[in-house]
Amino acid sequence: MNLTLKVWRQKSPEDKGRMVTYRVEDVSPDMSFLEMLDVLNERLILEGDDPVAFDHDCREGICGMCGMVINGVAHGEQVATTTCQLHMRHFEDNAVITIEPWRAAPFPVVKDLVVDRSAFDRIIQAGGFVSVPAGSAPDAHSLPVKKVDADAAFDAATCIGCGACVAACPNGSASLFTAAKITHLSLLPQGQPERDSRAKAMVEQMDAEGFGGCTNTGECTAVCPKGIPLDTIAQMNRDYLKASK
Amino acid sequence: MRYTEGEPIRDTKAPEGPIEDRWEKRKFGAKLVNPANKRKLNVIVIGTGLAGGSAAATLGELGYNVTSFCYQDTPRRAHSIAAQGGINAAKNYRGDGDSIYRLFYDTVKGGDFRARESNVYRLAQVSVNIIDQAVAQGVPFAREYGGLLDTRSFGGAQVSRTFYARGQTGQQLLLGAYQALERQIAAGTVKMHTRHEMLDLIISDGRARGVIVRDMVTGEIERHLADAVVLASGGYGNVFFLSTNAKGCNTTAIWRAHRRGAMFANPCYTQIHPTCIPVSGEYQSKLTLMSESLRNDGRVWVPVKAGDDRPVSQIPEDERDYYLERIYPAFGNLVPRDIASRAAKNVCDEGRGVGPGGLGVYLDFADAIKRLGRDAVEKKYGNLFEMYERITGEDPYTQPMRIYPAVHYTMGGLWVDYDLQSTIPGLFVIGEANFSDHGANRLGASALMQGLADGYFVLPTTIGDYLANGPYGEIDEEAVAEAEIAVREKIDRLLSNNGTRTADSYHRELGKLMWEYCGMERTEESLRKALERIPELREEFWKNVKVSGEADELNQALERAGRVADFFDLAELMCIDALHRTESCGGHFRAESQDADGEALRDDEHFAYVAAWEYGEQGPVLHKEDLDYDYVKMSQRSYK
Ligand SMILES: Cc1cc2nc3c(=O)[nH]c(=O)nc-3n(C[C@H](O)[C@H](O)[C@H](O)COP(=O)(O)OP(=O)(O)OC[C@H]3O[C@@H](n4cnc5c(N)ncnc54)[C@H](O)[C@@H]3O)c2cc1C
Ligand code: SF4
Ligand code: FES
Repeated sequence: MNLTLKVWRQKSPEDKGRMVTYRVEDVSPDMSFLEMLDVLNERLILEGDDPVAFDHDCREGICGMCGMVINGVAHGEQVATTTCQLHMRHFEDNAVITIEPWRAAPFPVVKDLVVDRSAFDRIIQAGGFVSVPAGSAPDAHSLPVKKVDADAAFDAATCIGCGACVAACPNGSASLFTAAKITHLSLLPQGQPERDSRAKAMVEQMDAEGFGGCTNTGECTAVCPKGIPLDTIAQMNRDYLKASK
Repeated sequence: MRYTEGEPIRDTKAPEGPIEDRWEKRKFGAKLVNPANKRKLNVIVIGTGLAGGSAAATLGELGYNVTSFCYQDTPRRAHSIAAQGGINAAKNYRGDGDSIYRLFYDTVKGGDFRARESNVYRLAQVSVNIIDQAVAQGVPFAREYGGLLDTRSFGGAQVSRTFYARGQTGQQLLLGAYQALERQIAAGTVKMHTRHEMLDLIISDGRARGVIVRDMVTGEIERHLADAVVLASGGYGNVFFLSTNAKGCNTTAIWRAHRRGAMFANPCYTQIHPTCIPVSGEYQSKLTLMSESLRNDGRVWVPVKAGDDRPVSQIPEDERDYYLERIYPAFGNLVPRDIASRAAKNVCDEGRGVGPGGLGVYLDFADAIKRLGRDAVEKKYGNLFEMYERITGEDPYTQPMRIYPAVHYTMGGLWVDYDLQSTIPGLFVIGEANFSDHGANRLGASALMQGLADGYFVLPTTIGDYLANGPYGEIDEEAVAEAEIAVREKIDRLLSNNGTRTADSYHRELGKLMWEYCGMERTEESLRKALERIPELREEFWKNVKVSGEADELNQALERAGRVADFFDLAELMCIDALHRTESCGGHFRAESQDADGEALRDDEHFAYVAAWEYGEQGPVLHKEDLDYDYVKMSQRSYK
């Protein structure tokens, strides 16, 4: 396949950035989207240009590191798919593809398609954990957990922290991410003692980072590669309200 | 061969006495650090995977002043996140005859009698606490309807001792460790530096006292000093370019420590995983693993006839060879990885492989779907099936998957003693970065166990003993400056080299060479070829590599080039190690050393030792650590 790429290039956080057009040829439909960018980058390096900077690591949809807005959609149009899992067979020959970084004020651009998502870590620091010291935990079977609860907690826990939800949200809200974390722990008995303080602290940190409020537009779940459902946000709001009383 | 032999290693610091008491004895013998002093002691931890993340969190909580580094944008993305199948523990929750002793026994045997008994026994003991710890942190392991934890069996084990969280066990365990780590960051005991890469180790007065790192965003070269350094930087399977490892995995941290004096043990022990999606094209950047748990229900087969290119549906049952079930009736599809991988290679070498290039075998779920129903199969393996479909465009519910072995894990790594300390005092190495517990082969679900055992339980005790024996004096300013200059020179050299090939293209070529000559099967001839070619290619790399961009910016081309340079040096040592070990064991298969049935033939008389290599300007120096087996009788491994 042959493609025309319009890629966001921004040298540094201070640089204003612009779209640059590249032509890539002989792309195999079996390539992943990132492999297609590798091909472009190899060429750019040999031409003495700066390769397009983008984040990635596992390349199998689990680390949450890759992420770019492809043709206006976070991680591209394929549902429940990270950028690294997106394959070129889903594009037409001679297609024009625009590629941009996540855009949200709390995710400043570092370079090209690389953004700074450390705000997510600070939300976790605010309370996204169970306070247990290492080395003295009770036997794992001392606390049975209903299978349905464990399964539901697991579903929420599969969030990979990629930030697509923020990028897709018209308000730049981090509610889906934060709600996934809160829901995971609030469904388990281990999470109960700190349930209130956790919800309160994490929601407040999310606001302090400058993420927007949630108006239930649902763009977040539409792009979420892990299918985190919107009702986690309702769960978060309930926990938060209860904790704030 | 260009190596010399040095003094053997005689003391591994393992306590004496009955094996079940050794760890207790060591713990009790370890000096404690006064809580008020802990705050003044600085520990650097490189890496935030299961090993580094759990270690940094635990050390922070104990009160030490911890500084932690990773090359990703957040600690939660370490390669451990990708582990799929599960984690072993000798809980015997099923009452199926498991015990600490049995896990110990299976691991020593599975490692082909090339692991240390004392270490492995401790690992089996501690495994029990890991599950408790993770559950207390809220890791949502799979549960039964009664509310208790579910387990499954995994390659190489006949008991059901593997705990799992669907196909995302590594993710859930890592999130547990990450959350514990973030808690310590919030508490101020751990200072986290993401997007930083360690480029050298600082040695002062013979001790590890700090690191030189590069801030990968600004390019700034920084020095960080400490009382002890912990490397938890993962494995080096990416030397093969194509592997199941995350793209960023590399050897730089341990290789540069090796050049500073830490011995590198058993570099040639590479685990090839039997169930990966086969290579489909030249452009491919990585291989994807399909969890081995699939072999619990999936049946592996190839056509009986060589060159049979009929579509699957047209090959009748009696013209299919379920070769694992045929050759290894006791374990069937659940034989350990090295056995399953080699068996797949053998049938493909006979011309019976399937798919493009004949490099694949079928992993068939038709029977399982008939027996359990599509829903049940989907519940168990749905995410894996989906992953397969995404990559290949084929539907595994209606046609068998194709799998082929791929490089997966490296059992070699920096040599450590029982305390997990390297040959450089004050330098500790944990997780996949060390060589210690798996011998020549790693059984499924035991890397996660080892990483967490090291990080949560073992290291926090042993490093305390080292620190309690301090303080270790002022740090030599000249040593720091020298390390920093070395790092800068290397970067300058790469950037000023205006060549015609990219670092990636060299990496690809090196990887192919390693796979072909030092891969699933090695021969004296192939290894000698590799040893001729690698230095030539490395020389060409240094003359002809092209790295664009500047030093003082985010520069991914520069990052890659630095790592590829280290892979060249490591590759050479791997081949030397593989060449000198004229026996077959575990993941190291020397074609010259096999029995009449084509099974790996060990040579215990000559090779029951760990090969620990010291870096030398005139070539590596081999130090042998003899392995003694007092509890498990060395025997030919058989799964028949
Ligand atoms: C696809 C896949 C599936 C697997 N499934 C299983 C399984 O089911 N069960 C099992 O037991 N094992 C499994 N494994 C193996 C297991 O995941 C790994 O062996 C284990 O997670 C390694 O953990 P670690 O903490 O040692 O290193 P890693 O998780 O690799 O962490 C390395 C860390 O070091 C950092 N780092 C590296 N170099 C530097 C540097 N120079 N400077 C700064 N930071 C650096 C990285 O940023 C990272 O944080 C699997 C592996 C793969 C690839
Ligand atoms: S909720 Fe979904 S989109 Fe948002 S960070 Fe988590 S996985 Fe990514
Ligand atoms: S690179 Fe890990 S999710 Fe895409």
